Amino acid sequence: MTPRVRVQEAPFDLGAESAELTAGRADVGAVASFVGLCRADDGLAALALEHYPGMTERAIAGIAAEACARWPLSGCTVVHRVGRILPGEPIVLVLTASAHRAAALESCAFLIDWLKTGAPFWKREEFADGRGERWVEAKAEDDAAAARWARAGAGSAAA
Amino acid sequence: MQVLYFAWVRQKVGVSAEEVSPPPEVADVAGLVRWLSGRSPGHAAAFANAGSIRAAVNQDFAAPDHRLSPGDEVAFFPPVTGG
Repeated sequence: MTPRVRVQEAPFDLGAESAELTAGRADVGAVASFVGLCRADDGLAALALEHYPGMTERAIAGIAAEACARWPLSGCTVVHRVGRILPGEPIVLVLTASAHRAAALESCAFLIDWLKTGAPFWKREEFADGRGERWVEAKAEDDAAAARWARAGAGSAAA
Repeated sequence: MQVLYFAWVRQKVGVSAEEVSPPPEVADVAGLVRWLSGRSPGHAAAFANAGSIRAAVNQDFAAPDHRLSPGDEVAFFPPVTGG
């Protein structure tokens, strides 16, 4: 199973992506999804997302490979948008498919937790009321969320 | 050696990429940071707080003691904030 990984400016369609993940298969009993949306916190007008082309795809593929090594997945999709994103618009999609719900739900949570700390994206907030812009700072709770998936003695995807 | 900058590191340095030829005594990522800091006031401002900068070598995250080779692609950026 090869994870589907895309970085794009265009919005994505959750229904279409989910249908594509399970098309022609009768062995999938569960699909879990996570969609991250742009919130209008604090008078936000837009988010501008920058990334490191090449490393981004490589980092996400590595995280997806780790998920496939830990859970029995029949499919996995990660779509992350870049460029200018308005409040209410989707930013990131994670889909995981498996025979049973636990593997789908857990691997979906693992993927989004690790994406937040392990893939080279940066968010800049733009404000409409003359306050200009500011770079979003990394949060300690995101590091903690990713760290909860660390396993004693498991240092590699093969573990 | 190709050096790339992202997010506010790029804004402070003033360019998104540059080709550099550090002297042989620049052996690792931390050494490159010290050497780059001397190139311009913008570089110095970007690297003023080394603890707030992350690095990648050949598109993998790299620690300050990561050894460098002449053909490496080295990137500097703030802690990531995607997802």
